[in-house]
This record gives sequence, structure tokens and C-alpha cells, in this order.
Amino acid sequence: MTGMAQLTTAARTGRGRRAPARPGTLRALAGMAYAAPTAVIVLTLFLAPLVLVVVMSLHRWPLLGAPTFNFPANYTKIVHDPLFPGAVVFTLKYTAIITVLLSALALGLALLVQERRPGVGFFRTAYFLPGAVGFAAAALLFYGMLNNDVGPFGFLGVKWTGTPNMALASTIVLVLWRFAGFNMLILLTGLQSIPVEVYEAARTDGASRWQVFTRITLPLLRPTIALMLILSITGSLLAFDQFFIFTNGGPDNSTVSMVMVIYRNAFFKFDLGGAAAISVVLLVVLVALNTLQLKVLR
Amino acid sequence: MRYYSSRSALAVLFLFPLLWSGWSSLRGQDGGFTFGNYAQMARFGEGLPRYFGNSLLVSVLTVAGTVVVSALGGYAFARFRFPGKNLLFLATLAILMVPYATILIPLYVLLGYVGLQNSLVGLALVFVMFQLPFATYMMRNSFEAVPRELEEAAMVDGCGSLRALIGILLPAVRPGLITVALFAFLASWNDFFAPLILLNDGASFPLPVAVVSMTQKTFGAIDYGMLQAGVMVMAVPCLLLFLVLQRYYVRGFMSGALRG
Repeated sequence: MTGMAQLTTAARTGRGRRAPARPGTLRALAGMAYAAPTAVIVLTLFLAPLVLVVVMSLHRWPLLGAPTFNFPANYTKIVHDPLFPGAVVFTLKYTAIITVLLSALALGLALLVQERRPGVGFFRTAYFLPGAVGFAAAALLFYGMLNNDVGPFGFLGVKWTGTPNMALASTIVLVLWRFAGFNMLILLTGLQSIPVEVYEAARTDGASRWQVFTRITLPLLRPTIALMLILSITGSLLAFDQFFIFTNGGPDNSTVSMVMVIYRNAFFKFDLGGAAAISVVLLVVLVALNTLQLKVLR
Repeated sequence: MRYYSSRSALAVLFLFPLLWSGWSSLRGQDGGFTFGNYAQMARFGEGLPRYFGNSLLVSVLTVAGTVVVSALGGYAFARFRFPGKNLLFLATLAILMVPYATILIPLYVLLGYVGLQNSLVGLALVFVMFQLPFATYMMRNSFEAVPRELEEAAMVDGCGSLRALIGILLPAVRPGLITVALFAFLASWNDFFAPLILLNDGASFPLPVAVVSMTQKTFGAIDYGMLQAGVMVMAVPCLLLFLVLQRYYVRGFMSGALRG
């Protein structure tokens, strides 16, 4: 029995040159068997569509019927798309605004509920609770709440989605409501990893609250803030639900996001090849952005 | 007191929309209390039971699939050496790097090749794939945190690795499994974009797509009370699950798995 134990240990540490190959090989086979479902899913549902999206972008690919090779037509026509260039500008603008506001709000909330006090758990839960609601449900909630005939704010007489700027502003309120608590939670995990002694030492040295915040909290929180920014930027560049459900791209196509153009081209214009080409462009940009941000994080 | 007043005011701001939605879902045309909006919703389109059932089926399949695949995979990555291990682990995490929206159109075509277009099983498989990076990372770390001696003792007693996994390791990684299941449920129950693209038959729509279709003018005037009833039917299960399993949710954040 002790012998068996030694064998498996040797095989695992990889130092068992003189041990028979069998137990090691068997163990490797067992490992491969456990990893097999993961491998099948990654291969068929992730890597295969990743290749296919590139292949599709090289073809005229109608929703029905046989595809024909047409490179580079799908790429060259992107700039002439009636909606895409506007959607790029709009999505970038939205991403910039929401990332700044969301980060500021989340940081404020996190600082408010950082200390352990009676009742702090209630506040954390209350701020986070909208995050437990699905984004589509949240968008529908605002769709009703900001409707002046049935909503509670009708008396203000503001047209919440009537003009391009108001539609964007209302969407931003919706997204802040839904995601502030989520980002607060990310920041709280970072705040709690700062040792209490650091704060105590600063206080003994007579540092003011502002000094503690700018000289200790912010620098030590940098990796967490970076993570929050990555999630916010990549998430916002792929915005869909809020503009599809809440503003429906309006008024006058002023709130059409990039992913909405992919959707419209594929399922309203039945041009899967064109939609795939835009997907590839977006994919390359986001993978590059992610890689860059990961480097900054490390 | 100042500590509580500002924080309470903010809590009211965050809770108000949820309370408003619940209140208007229970308010009739005449302003009185009624379940009429829910009754109305039960008859909308293919009927609420159908949509609710679709959502539940997809979520159950996604949770089961994610838990099984990530538990087996996490065990493999934490405890075994085999050729291609690191490559497979990196490929799994790479799913996080690729924007979800950009591979749904090829997935729609691929699922068509194998007869899973417009299928709730196909949709659940896609959800399992999207959950895998988080779930696999979470489960690998959970298995790594279990002392090896526990499993070795079982093996010495003649247990195979599968029996060691089921009898000894799985109970030890239960919190990780609950976290993975919770994230998988919330994601699959709430997702709107994937079913919008992958399903085209109204009878197979899950709740988010069905309720959003209430806002389309083709169904006549929008019934706002019914719409908020729809919001509540989608939101309440998630709110309850979150309140009960809150610490498992926070665990998911602490794990660093969001980082990929």
C-alpha cells in the first residue's frame, strides 16, 4: 500500500524516471478524460465559430442559399454602411461617458460602505440589488418608468427619450442604476485587501482624510480600478440591450450601437457576410484592447 | 446620524425603481390593487407558462452543464498532468477575451449545421461555453485549495480518482460549485442577446425575449402594467436567489476569476 502511494506521488511530481510508466500514463489518460468535455466545448462552440466568423466575412453569405467568395467586398463596404460609422462614433462617446460616471459613482459608493458598522450590510445589498436583476428586465423597467403616461416622473414633463441627448442621458441613468453596485463590489474587494495597519499608521502620522485617500487608498486600489475600467470599457463597446430595448436606436437612429448594426445587417438585411466582417473588426479591436489592458494590469 | 441619513437616501434611490415596478405590476387601470396584469401576462402570446418553462429549461440545462463540465475540467487542471493541459486551459480562458456578440452569428450558422438552430438545448450549450472561463477558473482554484492528502488517503484505500472526486473532493469544493451554479443561473436566465439571435420561433422564446416583444407595436397598444408584471416575473427569482446566496456571489468576485 505504501508502495502504491509512492508510485502515484512519483508519477505526479514527474521525477519517477525509474518507476514503471503505467501509473503515470494511466493518470494522464484519466486527466484527459476529465478535461475532455471542456475540450469538446471549447473546440466546437468557441474555436470553430471563431474560424467560421473569419470565413464568413470573406463570402457573400445570405441567410438562405449558398455562400460565394467575395473578399474584400464585405470589408470595403463597412465604411459605406448607412449606420456603422455613426454607430462607431456614438458607441465611443457612450463608452467614454459611462466609464467615467460609473467609475466615479462606484468608487463613491464603495467608500461609503467600506467601514464595518451596524447596518452596512443592508446598504451594500441595497446598492447592489439592481445588479441581480437582468439587464433586459432593467431596460424594460426603465422603459415603463420613464414613460410619461404611466411613469412616476410624468409630472416633470421631460421627454426622457425624445431627443438624442436626452435618450443618451436616460440610458446612462439606467446603466448607472444597474451596474454601480456591481462595480462597487469589485472595488470593495480591492479596498478590503488594503491592510488596516496602513490606515492606522497614516492616522498616527496625522494624515488628513484627503491625504489618506490620494496617497494610500487610490495607489493601492490601482489594480482593482484598472480591472473595473477594463470591464466597463469592453462591456460598453459591446452595448446592445440598453439601446435595443430602452431607446430602440432612436430617436432618428441616434442611439444605434456597433453591435446593433451587426444584428440589423444579419437579421434584417440578411447579409451574414457583412455582419461577420464587422464582427471580425470589432473582435480584433477588442482582443487587442484586452491584451493591452492585461499588460497594464500585470 | 449623518452616517445613516446619506446612505439611506442613496438606498432609497437604488431601491425605488424596483419598488415602483412591483407596485405598478399590481395596479389596475382604475388605480386599484389587482393581479389582473399577471393574468393578462399569463395569456400573452404563447402564454406565460410556456415562456417561463423555456427560461427554466434553458437555465437548468446551463447550470447542470456548467457545473458538470467545470467540475471535471477543474479537477483535471488542478490535479493531473497531461499533454495539452496548459494550452486547453488558456484556450478556455481566452473565451473571456473574445466579445460574446461577435461569435453569435457564426454560432447561429454552426448550430444550423447540426440541427440545433432554434433549439433550447443549443442555446444552453452556448451559455455553458460562455460560462466556462469563469467556472473552470473557479473550480480549478477550489480543487487546488483542497489538501492533496485528503485525496491520496482515499486512493491508498483503493479508491479510483473518480470515486475520490465524487466521494471526497466534491463535498470539499461545494462552495465553489454553488458559486458557479449561481453565476450560470443568473447569466442564462437573464440573457437577451443570445436567444434573440439563436431562436426564431416565438414558441421557444425565453422570458426576456418574450417580454421585450410586448413593447413591439405589432401587438397593439403597449400594456405597461403587464410589462412591469413581466419585469417582476423575470426579476423576483433572481432577487430571491441573490439574497439567499449573497455570500456565494461575493465569493465569485473575491476569487479573481473575473480577471481571467
